[in-house]
Amino acid sequence: MQSIGHVTPQSIHFGEPLKLQSGASLSEYTLVYETYGTLNADGSNAVLVCHALNASHHVAGTYEGKPKSEGWWNNMVGPGKALDTNRFFVIGVNNLGSCFGSTGPMHTNPATGKPYGASFPVVTVEDWVHAQARLADRLGIQKFAAVMGGSLGGMQAMAWSMLYPDRIAHSLVIASTPKLSAQNIAFNDVARQAILTDPDFHAGDFYAHGVVPRRGLRVARMIGHITYLSDDDMAEKFGRDLRNAEYQFSYGVDFEIESYLRYQGDKFSEYFDANTYLLITKALDYFDPARAHNGDLGAALANTQTEFLVVSFTTDWRFAPERSREIVQALVNQRRRVTYAEIDAPHGHDAFLLDDVRYMGVVRAYYDKIWRHLQSTAPRKQREIA
Amino acid sequence: MIMPSISGLRADLAFIAHWVTPHSQVLDLGCGDGAMLQYLQHEKQCSGYGVEIDDDKIPRCVDREVLVIQQNIEDGLAMFADDAFDTVLCLSALQMMKHVEPVLRDIARVGREAIVSFPNFAHWPHRLSLLMGRMPISESLPFQWYDTPNLRCATISDFEDLAREVGLEVIDSVALSDAGEPVHVLPHWRGSQAVFRLRKR
Repeated sequence: MQSIGHVTPQSIHFGEPLKLQSGASLSEYTLVYETYGTLNADGSNAVLVCHALNASHHVAGTYEGKPKSEGWWNNMVGPGKALDTNRFFVIGVNNLGSCFGSTGPMHTNPATGKPYGASFPVVTVEDWVHAQARLADRLGIQKFAAVMGGSLGGMQAMAWSMLYPDRIAHSLVIASTPKLSAQNIAFNDVARQAILTDPDFHAGDFYAHGVVPRRGLRVARMIGHITYLSDDDMAEKFGRDLRNAEYQFSYGVDFEIESYLRYQGDKFSEYFDANTYLLITKALDYFDPARAHNGDLGAALANTQTEFLVVSFTTDWRFAPERSREIVQALVNQRRRVTYAEIDAPHGHDAFLLDDVRYMGVVRAYYDKIWRHLQSTAPRKQREIA
Repeated sequence: MIMPSISGLRADLAFIAHWVTPHSQVLDLGCGDGAMLQYLQHEKQCSGYGVEIDDDKIPRCVDREVLVIQQNIEDGLAMFADDAFDTVLCLSALQMMKHVEPVLRDIARVGREAIVSFPNFAHWPHRLSLLMGRMPISESLPFQWYDTPNLRCATISDFEDLAREVGLEVIDSVALSDAGEPVHVLPHWRGSQAVFRLRKR
């Protein structure tokens, strides 16, 4: 299958303030996004792809002159792929507070003339969705054929169905959860503490000091990474393999897994922003649509008109299948249209980013269905012309 | 054939479909590729969900516009509320369960009515095989004893006892031939498939 080829990010500036769930507001902001495929005449074939913790608007394709810059869901999105860009107009958008172009902590706060740093307002999944809806307005999309995401991206797909029930036909919620567990929050807070206690963090204003809290970011990433892999997958990939043949009897690298995690941590600390990490983990922690309904997820989903595809992976212990089943159960109790696939993949939470015939097969069949629906509901005028 | 197969639906399924009330809410346990639910949605304006464990069947259900939930039926039907469905179908699936009784109790809990089918172990060729000292192999039981997915062998009379025990009342029952036609003469002997229509007592 071919890739989408070279892509170019675009951006739109929004001058009207965005009121946030916290009560704060952003007076103005920019969203960076990419699009693939072509929007049809009636604007009905648009699919929004929402990113998770450390990804961005760069969903598919590569940047010119950078052959290794493949988008994070390049195996999913492209011509002839499960989400086929020959059929759909796909949008990847970078969320507020991120460090990949959309307005975030390293950008200048217009009120102070200095970088936001730690004063960047805490944003929630719902805030992101409202910002994404404004982007849709600008792009002339009244209703998405689908909103799709994995993990934190799946939370956005879910939130869309509740916040804009008439602006989304299908919601694809993959490897996600209706809320974080105490264990999930605990892992997030350990990661945050690693950053917050790094002397180079300077209460979030490290930009002014010309330093980066690398050690904190590194540990945060190492912890996160452990939760993305399954125990079996780690055992398979690394086992107790030693870097050198013998124990070193020191605190350097003995085991391959140590080497791998340190490498991942180092790489991450080169490009990721510490304030963004704090913000996004908070957005994860705060997501709990049932909270406003006394913990009743069904009640939270009662006004949705969306059809759902929910997918989970058996070895995902970060957002385990039980969490996805809670979503499905709430939808079934509300008599919503929902399809649920539980993929027996060995790769833990990361499985949602990887190729698996069964996983891709279900998503492909689902988009085929969406496409059939689009064909049958296309305005008569268009069909007559065709 | 008494009941013609409509939309390519297998004859036995077409017969069973006549027991499903139009516009009802249906749960199809072990729905396979979704053929039955698709038929009920199209021809009888029913709605509902299928439950299926086989990976390969899930995209096929999606193709058929059938809402499918992938799970092992024996993990329990906690996903579904009490009396959530007008009819629960469990067709040619019960005999593959390790624990039949809890599944049947779950069926009785989530449905007001149920339609259950399974291969009739007392079908005469099976009796003959056993008399000859061999486990039966037939159209309804096409496997060797050592590789069969059918863990439970039951006769029509056996099932009636269990149904009663879990609080289900038999409204109707029929034995179908290999061709999917109802057998009226000596059904316990001549039927290869037993089909029960049950109601919560």
